[in-house]
Amino acid sequence: MNPRLSALKPTWIAAVTLIAAALAWSPSAHSDDKPLRTVEVADPFLEMHTGPGKGYPITNVVERGESVQIVRRKTDWFKVRTDRGREGWVNIVQLELTLDEFGERTAIEQIGRDEFLQTRWETGIMTGDFAGSDALAVYGGYSISRNLSLEIWGSQLVGNFSNGWLGTVNVVHETFPEWRVSPYFTIGAGVVSTSPKSTLVAQEDRTDQVALVGGGFRAYVTRRFVLRAEYKSYVVLTSRDENEEVEEWKVGFGFFF
Amino acid sequence: MESRLRFLFLSVAVLVMPALTGCSSLPFFGPGEDTQVAEAPEQVIEPEVERREIVQPRIDTEDFEIGVYAGGMSVEDFGVNAVYGATIAYHLNEALFVEGAIGRTDTEETSFELLSGAAQILDDDEREFTYYNASIGWNIFPGEAFFGRGRAFNQSFYVIAGLGSTRFGGDDQFTINFGAGYRLLFNDVFALRVDFRDHAFDTDLLGESKTAHNLTGHVGFTFFF
Repeated sequence: MNPRLSALKPTWIAAVTLIAAALAWSPSAHSDDKPLRTVEVADPFLEMHTGPGKGYPITNVVERGESVQIVRRKTDWFKVRTDRGREGWVNIVQLELTLDEFGERTAIEQIGRDEFLQTRWETGIMTGDFAGSDALAVYGGYSISRNLSLEIWGSQLVGNFSNGWLGTVNVVHETFPEWRVSPYFTIGAGVVSTSPKSTLVAQEDRTDQVALVGGGFRAYVTRRFVLRAEYKSYVVLTSRDENEEVEEWKVGFGFFF
Repeated sequence: MESRLRFLFLSVAVLVMPALTGCSSLPFFGPGEDTQVAEAPEQVIEPEVERREIVQPRIDTEDFEIGVYAGGMSVEDFGVNAVYGATIAYHLNEALFVEGAIGRTDTEETSFELLSGAAQILDDDEREFTYYNASIGWNIFPGEAFFGRGRAFNQSFYVIAGLGSTRFGGDDQFTINFGAGYRLLFNDVFALRVDFRDHAFDTDLLGESKTAHNLTGHVGFTFFF
């Protein structure tokens, strides 16, 4: 047997132990001591599916006037427990039609466009082309005001002849943040470092300062996600006589919180 | 003349009478009810109702999935070896999730290196194959798996694809990955995952430019939180 594959043996032992532990540990048993939210069914009935998805069959219904406890949530599905101890998954659309302890419509925390406009932190990943190289970028941003935010970018550049890293700090102005597809403009500065591929004749590694200007669009998609597409034009301040101009475009998505 | 006097007396009577009797029956001259109403009503009861702080119990959400995996990876020209790594995923809805993954494997010598005996293409550091990627997965066939008569586990078959970077042979390569996998949930928070994926990138490591396909198959455990 390959010695490297036999090194997997402890992994399998660990795996089996994990399965056993997972089966023995029931999370619902632990959550019993925590207070759970209780809601009363106001519609003729509440449908309980066997799993958190539309396709799972409905095996139970709770009638009007009965109450259920909300055990946990997975995306837009809620695991509920009836007074008789039966459990099942209810969709958010039906759960919002139930009444809370004050006899009012149950308010469920939902991440939507309003939260998107109010939150301050955003992070995301984008990919695209940087002067012929493939670029993989990650960013983190903080909104100073509704229109203005600060972003820090780190990109890995993978080209045919050289690889590199790019790090920049940007100021972003989003002119119409309330638009569904909203344009923004950005300026920034940073550092780019390139090194030739190892299969080529060795050249020196280079680290240069860059300045950039660009623009793009942000579009709110769903829950915590935004789609982004942008173009940036860089000036690489080289130590040689002439500065280089480099173009970059990227697409990707952001996650706000 | 007589009628003029009568008018005068009447006028005086009308003006004086209410003042003397305190009667306010005549709407135009009496003090009127509205003046009393206009006075600020005296507050009899001081409201001492404190606002009730309503703290609704938080609903436990489980949209994140974190896990580790181990398996085998076939690195084109460099043999099949053990691979291991970690993943973190966020479930957007019941169908879609985004996942970030890292992994590494050590590669073997190529057939050429083994046969020639001496020539080494890569040094030890360069032989290490590490990758990271970001992918989007789609739970295309969710359902239930039955274990005996009394137990049912939720499961899903998913397809997944994404982009990332691989470090191998001293270089970084832009890598696409695509594949499919299976997730079996033991309960609401623990799951077993079996995943098969191709990590493809362009390379000229062995002289000519080509697309290298590196197939992986791994088993992992994930935890929802």
